[in-house]
Amino acid sequence: MTSSTPDSSGGRTTTTPTGSLQGNSRRGDRLFFVASAGSGILLLVIMAAIAGFLLYRSGIALSKDQTNFFTTFEWDPDNILKPSFGIAVLTFGTIVSGCIAMVLAVPLAIAIALFISHYAPRKIAQPFAYLVDLLAAVPSIVYGLWGALFLVPHLAGLTSWMNTYLGWTYIFRTTHQGAPARNLFTTGILLAIMILPIITAVSREVFRQVPRSHEEAALALGATRWEMIRTAVLPFGRPGVISASMLGLGRALGETMAVAIVLSSSNVLSLHLLDAGGGTFAQNIALKYSEAGPAGKDALMASGLVLFVITLLVNGGARLIIARRKEYSGANA
Amino acid sequence: MTTATSVTDHVPLPQLHRRLTTARLPRWAPAATAVLAIALGCAIGAGAGLQSHLQWGLIAALLFVVISYGSSAKVEGRRQARDQLATSLVWVAFILAVVPLVSLIFYTIQQGAAVVNGDFLSHSMRGVYSSGPGGGIYHALLGTIQQVGLATLMAAPIGLLTAVYLVEYGRGRLAKVVTFFVDVMTGVPSIVAGLFILSLWILALGFQYSGFAGSLALAILMIPVVVRSTEEMLKLVPNELREASYALGVPKWKTILRIVIPTAIGGIATGVMLAVARITGETAPVLMLVFVSDSINSNPFQGPQMDLPIYIWQQYAQVNNSFGYARAWGAALVLIAFVMGLNLIARGIARWRSPKSGH
Repeated sequence: MTSSTPDSSGGRTTTTPTGSLQGNSRRGDRLFFVASAGSGILLLVIMAAIAGFLLYRSGIALSKDQTNFFTTFEWDPDNILKPSFGIAVLTFGTIVSGCIAMVLAVPLAIAIALFISHYAPRKIAQPFAYLVDLLAAVPSIVYGLWGALFLVPHLAGLTSWMNTYLGWTYIFRTTHQGAPARNLFTTGILLAIMILPIITAVSREVFRQVPRSHEEAALALGATRWEMIRTAVLPFGRPGVISASMLGLGRALGETMAVAIVLSSSNVLSLHLLDAGGGTFAQNIALKYSEAGPAGKDALMASGLVLFVITLLVNGGARLIIARRKEYSGANA
Repeated sequence: MTTATSVTDHVPLPQLHRRLTTARLPRWAPAATAVLAIALGCAIGAGAGLQSHLQWGLIAALLFVVISYGSSAKVEGRRQARDQLATSLVWVAFILAVVPLVSLIFYTIQQGAAVVNGDFLSHSMRGVYSSGPGGGIYHALLGTIQQVGLATLMAAPIGLLTAVYLVEYGRGRLAKVVTFFVDVMTGVPSIVAGLFILSLWILALGFQYSGFAGSLALAILMIPVVVRSTEEMLKLVPNELREASYALGVPKWKTILRIVIPTAIGGIATGVMLAVARITGETAPVLMLVFVSDSINSNPFQGPQMDLPIYIWQQYAQVNNSFGYARAWGAALVLIAFVMGLNLIARGIARWRSPKSGH
C-alpha cells in the first residue's frame, strides 16, 4: 500500500526540495485527485440518477394507473378512458424462468468447474476453460436466435414426453398439444445455457484457489477424490459459488432479447409451464416499447424500476456474501 | 493394482488379511463402460424408435452413470463407488454442457457462412425488399463501430480514473461506497440503462434518437467492467515501484501517470477490450435509443442508426421469412466473429504484457 504518502489531498509531498516544484506538484496532485475522485463520485451520481429518474417517471405512471399495479394482469397504459397495467404476470414469469435457469445451471456449472479444476486432464482443461470464457462473450441476441430457430423445434419432443409422463404434476401439463415450445420452460433452459459460462468461470476461479495443503491433507488421510472435494474444496468455495450463482441469477433476470425472441408473450398467468405465454419484465419493455405512447413509456419505466430494484437486491446480496473475498467477484469475467 | 492380490496370495499367513489393498477395477474400466453405455443407448434408442439423437445420448449417459456405479460398488466397495459416481456425473455434466454450447457455435457458423460475402458486408438494406434476397449489413456494422467507439471514449477514461482513485487514493467511506456501487452497477440490466437514458436524454432533455444516445447507455454498462478489471491490474503493480518513485521526489500524480499506469497498461487494455466485446452485443438499450434505419447513416449524433444486434432482431422479426433468417444468421456470424476476435486479442495482450506478479 502507498502508506508513505498522505492520501487526502496528496499535496504535502514533503520530499520535494524546492518551493516552486512543490507548488507545481501540489497543483498537479490536487488536479489528479479531483479528477479521479470526481470519476468515482460521477459513478455514484449515475446510480442515483438511474434510481431517481425511474422513480420520478414511475410516480407519474402510477398516479394514472386505475388498477392495482402489483396484482393486475393486463398491460394497457395507453388506454385513455381507463389506463390499467400491472406487473403480476411479469413478476411471475421473471421469477419462474429465473428459478428454472438456476435449478438447471448451478449444479451443471459446479460440475463443469470441478471438471476443469480437478477432474480433467490438463491438456483438455486449459482449452476448455478458454472455450467457456469465449462463450460467456457470445451476445444474447445470438443465443436468442439460436434458441428460437434451433432449440424450440428440438424441444418439441421433450415437451410432449414431459406432458405424457410428468403431466400429473400439473405444472408440466400442456393444454395446447403440438404448439411450438415458446414457453417459460424453454425460456428457463435457454437462460440456463446463457448463464452457465459466467457461473462456471467464477466458480472455477474459486476452486482453483483452494489451498493445495487442504487437498493434500484430505488425500493423505485416505479420502477418495470425491471425499477430498466434499471436505476440502466445496466448503472453501461455497461463498464464491453462491455469489457466482447470484451473479448469474442477476443476468438471467435482466436478460432481454433472448427472452423476447423465444417466449411468446401474453398477459396470462399460468402454472402450466409448458404452455406458451407469460412474460418477463425486460421482455415486456422491449416488446411494448415501440408502440408505447407517453403514458405507456412511463408505465414501462415503472416496471423497469421494479426490475432494477430486484437485480439490485440480488447483486447487492451476492456482493455482501463475498465481501471478504473480493477477488472472486467476477465483475471482470 | 490387480497384481497386488496375486502377490499377497503367496504369503503363507492365512490368519491375517490376505490382501493389502481392496480390489480395484482395471484402468480401462471407465472407457469400457462408456463404450458399453453408448452401444446400449443406441440399441435402446433405435429399438424404441426414438426420433431425437439427443434422447439416445441421454439414455447412454444415464446408463454410463448407473453401470459405473454398479460395477464399482460390486468390486470396490461403497466409498469407491461414490467416488466413481461423482466422477462419472462430472464427466456427464461436462459433455451435457458442451453439446448446446458447441451446437450454438457450429449452427451459427453453418448458417452464417452461406450468407456472408463481400456484397453482404458492403451493402445496406436501403431499397431492398425485406422479404426478398440481397441486402447487407454495412449500415449496421458502421453503426456498431461508431456507437461502441463513442461509448468506449466515454467509459474508458471515467473507468480508468475511478480505478486509480480506488487503488491509489481510496481509503475511508467514499472508497467503500464507490467499490460497492461499482459491483452493483455491474448487474444493472441493459434495458434499465436504456430506460434511464431514454428518460434523461430524450424525454427530459429533449434530444432526438441517435447513435450517441445509444452509446451513452452502452457507456453506463461499460464503466463498471472497466473499473473492476483496471482495479485488479493496478493492484498487481508492485509497491516497490511506487516507493522508489516517491523516494526520488516524484509527485504522486506523476508516479501514477508515468510508473503505475504504464506498468499495468497491458492488463488495462485487456480489460477495456473485454468490456468492448461485452457491450458490442447489447441490443436492448440500443433498440430503444438508436431506432432503426435501413440506410447508411454515418453521423452518430443525428438521426436513427442501425447496429448489428438490432439488425439481427429486425431480420428475425419478419416471421417465417427465410431470406430474413439468412441475413440474421449472417449478421450473427459477423457479430460473434467480431466479439471473439476482440476476446482473443485481449487475451493475447494479457499474456504478452501482464505485470510480473500476474498470471
